[in-house]
Amino acid sequence: MPAKVITITSGKGGVGKTTAVANLAVALALDGSKVVCIDGDIGLRNLDVILGLENRIVYDIVDVIEGRCRLKQAMIRDKKLPGLYLIPAAQTRDKNAVSPSDMNRLIKELRADHDFVLIDSPAGIERGFRNAIAAADRVLVVTNPEVSAVRDADRVIGILEAEEKGPAALILNRLNPSLVRNGDMLSPEDVLDLLAIELIGIVPEDENVIISSNRGAPVAFDQKSRAGQAFRNIAKRLKGETVPFMSLDHQNGLWGRIQRLAGRK
Amino acid sequence: MSFFERLFGRKNSANSAKERLQFVLIHDRTDLTPAELDSLKDDLIATISRHVEIDPEAMQIGVEHDGRSQRLVADIPIKSTARRRSRKSK
Repeated sequence: MPAKVITITSGKGGVGKTTAVANLAVALALDGSKVVCIDGDIGLRNLDVILGLENRIVYDIVDVIEGRCRLKQAMIRDKKLPGLYLIPAAQTRDKNAVSPSDMNRLIKELRADHDFVLIDSPAGIERGFRNAIAAADRVLVVTNPEVSAVRDADRVIGILEAEEKGPAALILNRLNPSLVRNGDMLSPEDVLDLLAIELIGIVPEDENVIISSNRGAPVAFDQKSRAGQAFRNIAKRLKGETVPFMSLDHQNGLWGRIQRLAGRK
Repeated sequence: MSFFERLFGRKNSANSAKERLQFVLIHDRTDLTPAELDSLKDDLIATISRHVEIDPEAMQIGVEHDGRSQRLVADIPIKSTARRRSRKSK
């Protein structure tokens, strides 16, 4: 079966696109899929460090497009997962080194022998974003429960609709359940009400995300992490499985128990 | 929000975020600024007043959303003809 091509984008920078791509790629590969992920952020390469593959880069996506190497030579195999590959971004070029038709040609070649092609879009709505969505079968929009991230997500969703790349699905990243409970963070219901699109996953704020990116081993490998579990659930949904959304109300510790006893939650 | 903020009735910040976003998104999606909406309102009042007597003060105009589509909604109360006649006869 030819690969499903999924682009992860957001509008605003710093909401967790690259983390989402790395974790979904790992989760899909852990589940036995053949996955290739492409860093679309030319000039600001990052997916390689999040995956811990920065020392293995010889060729990048622009080398493939400009014919300096074959596609296979630019595909870096993951250290742990034999079914996971990365095509890194060029670091010394800019977004104009690639065109949407270059992306279409490249991805056509990848479709035949993979199950998933994941594309990490740069922030913004310019050339790099256009390149990243050109070949997408499906687009996931990552946002945080904050005013600026939600506003930019809405802009991107509108453009995706106009480009007939919709309907996009939403990943709500870095949700802090206790702030939501106290009325100091937009809840998943608020965000869905505002953006009016399908939800594919909620990822709770989790310090393990930072710890695992320090180590170059995405949190999806960590069976105990809540964020890791959330990403593994999204990967299952991408494969068409129905997975219930995780409960975010659970709060451990003495204070959580006292609050429950006092009937505040 | 802490217990004390709750006690002194500070506004729930998630609610203000949602209200502000609702307003901003409508204008982002329609490309219609509050000033443009006001001038649209004035034009509507002028046009409608040529045909029927309305109360410009009571007229409401706004953009509402239904999923991802927007709709311009105007509420324009018409002055009752009976009242106008009785006023004229006085």
